[in-house]
Amino acid sequence: MVKKSIHEINKKIEDGSVNVVTAEEMVGIVENLGVEGAAREVDVVTTGTFGAMCSSGLMLNLGHSEPPIKIQKVWFNNVEAYSGLAAVDAYLGAAQTSDTRGMQYGGAHVIEDLLRGKEINVHATSYGTDCYPRKVLDTAITLEDLNEAVLLNPRNAYQKYAAATNSSKRILNTYMGELLPNFGNVTYSGAGVLSPLSNDPSYETIGTGTRIFMGGAQGYVIGNGTQHSPSSGFGTLMLKGNLKEMNPDYLRAASFTGYGTTLYMGIGIPIPILNEKLAAATAVRDEDIMTDILDYAVGSRDKPVIRQVNYAELKSGSVQIEGKDVPTSSLSSFKNARKIANELKEWVKHGKFFVSMPVEKLCCEGSAKSMKQTQAVPLVKDVMSDFIVTIKKDQTVQDAAKKIWENSFNHLAVISDTGELLGILTAWDISKAVAENIFDSVESVMTKKVLTCAPNEPVDLAARRLDRYGVSAMPVIDAQRRVLGIITSDNISKLLARRY
Amino acid sequence: MKIKISIPTERIHDPIISESIIETGIRLNIMVANIDSTYGELIADVKDSRFNRIKRALESRGAIVAILDQPIHRDEEECVDCGACISVCPMNVYTFDETWSLCVDEKKCIQCGMCIKMCPHGALKLGE
Repeated sequence: MVKKSIHEINKKIEDGSVNVVTAEEMVGIVENLGVEGAAREVDVVTTGTFGAMCSSGLMLNLGHSEPPIKIQKVWFNNVEAYSGLAAVDAYLGAAQTSDTRGMQYGGAHVIEDLLRGKEINVHATSYGTDCYPRKVLDTAITLEDLNEAVLLNPRNAYQKYAAATNSSKRILNTYMGELLPNFGNVTYSGAGVLSPLSNDPSYETIGTGTRIFMGGAQGYVIGNGTQHSPSSGFGTLMLKGNLKEMNPDYLRAASFTGYGTTLYMGIGIPIPILNEKLAAATAVRDEDIMTDILDYAVGSRDKPVIRQVNYAELKSGSVQIEGKDVPTSSLSSFKNARKIANELKEWVKHGKFFVSMPVEKLCCEGSAKSMKQTQAVPLVKDVMSDFIVTIKKDQTVQDAAKKIWENSFNHLAVISDTGELLGILTAWDISKAVAENIFDSVESVMTKKVLTCAPNEPVDLAARRLDRYGVSAMPVIDAQRRVLGIITSDNISKLLARRY
Repeated sequence: MKIKISIPTERIHDPIISESIIETGIRLNIMVANIDSTYGELIADVKDSRFNRIKRALESRGAIVAILDQPIHRDEEECVDCGACISVCPMNVYTFDETWSLCVDEKKCIQCGMCIKMCPHGALKLGE
């Protein structure tokens, strides 16, 4: 039984005899020495991750102006910050985009510009009070001019993250990057073998108060992150660190086309090896960390799982989907994750960084809830017309014209003998057939590529699809492609008319 | 070398590519082709020594031929070596070396611009 205390390890850091390795190196050490041997030999294992962390932001204090202002609204380089706090405090979120430059520039960019010593324009407004008479303020500041500039990141360093792909026929622009049609690529996030929380999955040493590497400076874990979901292996951390001590090598603004801005944070956490259990945990390999590949073609909270995958497969450059090799892209930088784990290792080795135990443990169980919604989202089945006129594929164009005229219904669903949807036929298709003098079967003049939707899809998604493809109606079908009804732009306008 | 052949609307119905290949006997390795009823654009590889002859043959039939000599440029300061570009590139321009540093093989680039939109750090540009 190996049992070490934080105190003993910190003493070794102080006298320079500490044995520190990165989580990548620990894999081989445990293989060679076994868990007990590794626990005896190794004192600290360093981890690292460098990736997009949207839930990040800067808490800052501007100092008081003359005459003073109680800032009600404030913008930094035209990016709005939240100032519903005391007079000159503000919180600038990384994902807030510029009022003038849109997604190209956001809170993350202001934070990086501050860190690089650039001057930032400040515009603030207020209603004016007896104690804070000023109503408008314009100035320019640099990082030095701020009293405090503290990164307070509500959700960073995901234990692991679901990978993304796209089954649809068009390119999707997401926070997981550009997803190519027909499973054209897979993108993923996270550092795998170096991921901080994956190396201490029972949160024995990572908790409130743990001292960490954050953006090149010493920072702290201040609790679990928002949406912390330990039961499913998706733990998160809330972090705090002083921007004034950080280094732009480890903090980078980014912008995802069609999504918006985000902050790439470099985070490293040392794990003191107090016992065999921690030695075993830090030997985790890419192969051991499983995640799901989700289909982003479904614009719903619950995206279908295409398959399970581990980080070794993701990092290999391609994964198999439906028998096809699909190329993968990492959105996190493994090179920088490794650089962080190595830099933290050097800090510990040279007595510049001491390990700590949490003052409070993170919750090890539970999952994030979905939003409580008091207004039910209308589903396709709630607004569709159950009344649908169908026609068999081998009937004539005249039969079709007659059906449209008799039912005053513009869309005929063309079905097979077993009732499956084969195509759609509109008055327009019939006009075209007449104009071209084609009077064959319905099958030869119908539109074969039909957009469809499912009864349980939210109406919003169906409306988006109708709009995107410029069609006025879609048949609603079940899993066997049997027609249940039809949703038309008319149904949707009626829904809105009822609502307002 | 990589070349771009543009076929204007008025010539789209003529078999320009086939005729030029038959006339000159020069092999074109067509890598990307986007042709519809209004416009055509092809990216092809051709031996440097044969370029002038195939260009003449194509241009005499109304095509416009341009050399793709301004491949993608990576700003190494902005790039964080994440590799987001790797999976969207149709030509495998981007790869990781054993240290997880991004390697760019500009020679393979066909200037399609897919990676420019993908790069979260705005580190990729054409023609610099």
